[in-house]
Order: sequence, then structure tokens, then C-alpha cells
Amino acid sequence: MFNFTVRRLLFTIPTLLFISFVIFFILDAAPSDPTGNLPLTIPPDVREKIRASLGLDQPMIVRYLLWCKQFFINEPLNLLDQWGLHLGDPDRLRVISFQTRSPVVDMIAERMPQTLWVVGMSYVVGVMIALPIGIISAVRQYSWFDQLGTFISMIGFSVPTFFTGVLMIVVFSTIVPRDSFFWFPSIYDTTLKVTDWASFGAQVRQMAMPVFVLALYNAAQISRFMRASMLDNLNQDYVRTARAKGLRERTVLLVHVLRNSLIPVITVIALGVPQVFGGAIITEQVFKVNGLGQLLIIAIQGGDIPTVQTLTFIFAVLIVLFNLIADILYGILDPRIRYD
Amino acid sequence: MTDIAIDIKPQRSQWADVWDQFKTHPGAVLGMVFFVTICLLILFGPLLWHFSPHDMMIRDRNQGPSWVHPLGTDQLGHDAFAQILAGGRVSLLVGVTAMGISIFLGTFIGVLAGYFKRLDGLLMRLTDLFLALPLLPLLLVIIMLFRDTLRMAFGPETGIFILIVFVIGITSWMQTARIVRGDVLALKEQEFVLAARSIGTPPHRMILRHILPNVMSPIMVSATLGIANAIITESALSFLGLGFPSDFPTWGKLLQIATERMTLNPAQVMWPGLAISLTVLSVNYMGDGLRDALDPRIRGR
Repeated sequence: MFNFTVRRLLFTIPTLLFISFVIFFILDAAPSDPTGNLPLTIPPDVREKIRASLGLDQPMIVRYLLWCKQFFINEPLNLLDQWGLHLGDPDRLRVISFQTRSPVVDMIAERMPQTLWVVGMSYVVGVMIALPIGIISAVRQYSWFDQLGTFISMIGFSVPTFFTGVLMIVVFSTIVPRDSFFWFPSIYDTTLKVTDWASFGAQVRQMAMPVFVLALYNAAQISRFMRASMLDNLNQDYVRTARAKGLRERTVLLVHVLRNSLIPVITVIALGVPQVFGGAIITEQVFKVNGLGQLLIIAIQGGDIPTVQTLTFIFAVLIVLFNLIADILYGILDPRIRYD
Repeated sequence: MTDIAIDIKPQRSQWADVWDQFKTHPGAVLGMVFFVTICLLILFGPLLWHFSPHDMMIRDRNQGPSWVHPLGTDQLGHDAFAQILAGGRVSLLVGVTAMGISIFLGTFIGVLAGYFKRLDGLLMRLTDLFLALPLLPLLLVIIMLFRDTLRMAFGPETGIFILIVFVIGITSWMQTARIVRGDVLALKEQEFVLAARSIGTPPHRMILRHILPNVMSPIMVSATLGIANAIITESALSFLGLGFPSDFPTWGKLLQIATERMTLNPAQVMWPGLAISLTVLSVNYMGDGLRDALDPRIRGR
């Protein structure tokens, strides 16, 4: 297991480097010009100087290697600096955004908490809804509860989040009167500080709609996996043995079957995390959460290549990382799986 | 010995069996009826409907449902029903074309990887790499960066259509490739393949005549689900403002425009959203029924 983990970890390094190169290549091959949005009155020679100041006069491979150095060496060193551990020259070059001229990593750090709160909470809520629904659907297969669960989960992954989100805004922010208890704000306010119960309540209220929308979408998929996995295990011989021993049905289901059924479901949950971050781009846009997704959209619209490159790469890191976590978890949880 | 009743059933083709099984799934049948209705409506509706999506009745803007405008009108006095019909044409065309590209690529790569052992490692690493790419961000980036060039080359609508269809196609073939490869690997070990090889069938005929017909069922299922996926992706792109130009209605675009004016006219949000959701729901139900119907272990039970 340890060997496998080390081998996979080593293999992720070339994978990630290759992915970062692909992203850089796509961005570079594009015929878009970061100075395209500047006024037309700027004379061509000044425009050339602006391009040079952004580092765009260098060949592509030089810019790629420079980005690699900035992202993989300078930024981690900078992080160490902040923790009080000084190594090397403190004025190292960081990944700088074209739009704001501030370090991209700082911008990401500013927006990370909103995304993590909304997306992370929605995933937790989604899993917590999905698991009981999946279990009950499997135990009472073909009952009305199962039929209803199937129908709702079908709706959950057929109706796109940008429609459920907008629909909830229409109902809970425009139709419901402003002073009602069921009125929810449609715009996420980042400046809100949680200091007392009232502001905590306001925070919960503004998170409620985006979290619910994403949670419904996640729960739809996970509850299906949970149901299928439970059904696979319910027909196994060990379940019959457990019942024959005279164990209570609750013990059979919640101890024997559930623990075995959770193994593939946990992998699915781990694999879903990066997709949730990607899908949250849309939900953040609907509810005006100024998280990572919105930063990406702004950066794309402004032709801000360093920000787009870094953010997309971070999404790729999440995918590779959670694939690795899923594989390792599978090996740890299921003794039948041996990678060596 | 003469009076043994021999129950002779008429010879039935495989597809008749599949259809019989498909009919037992009520959701799938309903989904198919709905999908066919939608297709007919958007194909022939614009010819019969008395408003064109470009008719601007500026005096009648932001109206609720009435006999003249059954779904009301938008902020410029466009008839919402005509817009939905026109938008559906684009959305479904994008869905079907992107699905075609993705299925073609997926099948091609899956068959090659499964059939030729030498290509397997390379092609599957490629598939893994594509699966590790953050697709939605990349889609946004590619469309944002390349759309001006393609617009200039092919005109504003065709250019963006080619771009969206192509980009959705090349980012959604991976699941199909994996499923097809697995099936081809299993098929290759069967006796009829050995028999065909022993009479000297060349690889291309082997693939076209013996392998492909046998992997049709998973391909068909992923094709149905691919349409749903492509429709959602196109709507998401349009919703984020990165799709077709604004005078060119698609369901995602209509939803985006309606969302911006939600406080004035909340009803307009419903129709495009419902159209997307119900179409995708019906396609997903069809895929569900098709998967059951094409599975020989379930069929005939």
C-alpha cells in the first residue's frame, strides 16, 4: 500500500506538469490579445511596451518556465515567509494578475473561504441527505419511497443548477414578501461578519439557497450510488448468514451491509469533490457569490492569462489529488483490493 | 406424441425484443413521447406559428400569458413561444451534433484501444489525461479565446455553433471510450471473433462487421445521455454569457436574458428553464429505459 501511494504520488508530478503545459498551450495558442481591451488611441509602440511589461514579448516556452518557477518555487517560498520561515531572496517574482497587478495567489486566498463555505457545505449537506435516502430506497426496494426517491434524483440531475437556482430566486426573493420569514437574499454578501446570533442567522439565510441548489444536485447522484451499492450487498451470502445467526435486522443492515456498501460510495464521494468545485462556477454566478468561480469568469472576460492559468491549474490539481485520495481510500477500506 | 402443443413463436428480431422491453418502462415511454413532441414542435412549429422570433411588438412588451401570446412576451416585445421554438432548434441541434462528435470520437478511440494492444496504453493514458482536465473552466476559456476568430471566419452564428459543438464534443468522449474499450476487450476473447480471424478477416472488416454491431447497445445508451449532457453544457455556456450572440435565441440564452430582468417579469424565467429541464429529463428517462431494454439479462424476464 505504501509503495503504491509513493508510486502514484510520483506519477502525479509529470501528470500535473503536463496538464499545466496543456493549459498554458491552449491559452497561448488562442488569438486573443490581453491588450485588446485598451483604448485604440494608444500608439502601437506604447502598446508594444505594455506587452513587453506584461512579459508577452518572450517566446512561449520561456513564459511557461517562468510561470512554473513562479508557481512551484516562488509561491511556496512566499507561503513559508508568511509563516516566519525565511529562505532565499525575499523580493522574488510572484504570479501577477494582468488585471489587478496583484499576486494571483493572494486573490485566490481572498476568495477561497466563500467557495469553501458554500460549496463545501453543499457537498456535506448533499451527502447527508443522500446516504439515508439511498439506504431506505434499497431496503424498501420498489416501495413508494423508492419510486419517489428515483423520481426526485432523476429531476435532481436533469434540472440544471442554473435553473433551480433562478427558480428559487424567483420564488424566495421576488414572490415572497420582503418581511416574511421565507424571504431569502439572492445575493451573497461577503462583507457580513459573523459576530452574534443575528449576523449568524443572516449568514445562514444567505447561504441557504446556493447550498440547497448544489446539495440537491449532489444528493441526486450520490443517493443513486448508495442505493445500487446497498442492493448489491443485500443479496450476498454473508447477509443471509448474519440473519441466520439471529441478529436483529437493524444490526444486519446498519453494521454488516452498510459498512460494506459504503466502500464504493466513499470513492464516488471523493471523486465528486473536484467536479463540485467546477460546477459551483455556475451556482456562484447565479447567487453572485464572489468565490473562485466568479474570479475565473472575470479573469476570462478580461483576458487575464496568469489568473486563468493558475486557477484552471488549481482545479486540475484538485481532480488529480482527489483521484489519488479515492484510490488510496479504496485500498485502505477494502481489504480485497491490493495494488502491490 | 402427436398432440404435444408446440408453442411456435414467430421469428422475432432483436430490435422487436428491445422495443417490447422498452415499452414496459413507463418513464421511458413518457420520455420518448415528450421528446418526440418537442422535436416535432420545434421542427414544424416555427412554420405554423403566426409570430417569428424576430417580430418586435414593442407596445406589448413584458406581457403575461394571453390568447395572442400564450407564454407572454419579453422585454422587447418578442413572442416568448416563438422564441422558445427557435431556441429549441439551436439547443437540440447543438445537442445532437455535439453528441455525434463525442460518440464518434469515443467509439473510435475505444475500439482502437480495445482491439489493438499496442495502442491501448497510449490511448488510455490520453483518456485519463482528458478526465483529469478541469472541463468547465477549459470550455469557458477556449470559447472565450477562440470565438472572435471563428466568428470572423464563418460568420457570427455558424462560427460560434462550430466552436461550441466541437468543444463539447472533444471534452465529453471519455466515458464512451472507456465503456467501448471494455466491451471490445471482452468481445475479442469470444469464439466468433477467433473464427472470423481464422478465415483471414482483415482488421478493418473485423471491426466494422463483427465488433461494432456488438458494442452498439452501450454506444446507444451513452448517445442518449450525451444529448442530455450537451444540451445542459450549451445552456450553461449561454447562461454564463459565452454562447451564441444575443439576438440568436437558444434556451440557455433566453434563460440568461430573462434572469437579468427577473424582478420585472419573473414568468419569463420559467419557460426556457422548463424547456431545458423537461427535455433533459425526458432524454434521461429514455436512456434509462434503453439501458434496461438493451441489457439481455433484464430483457425477457
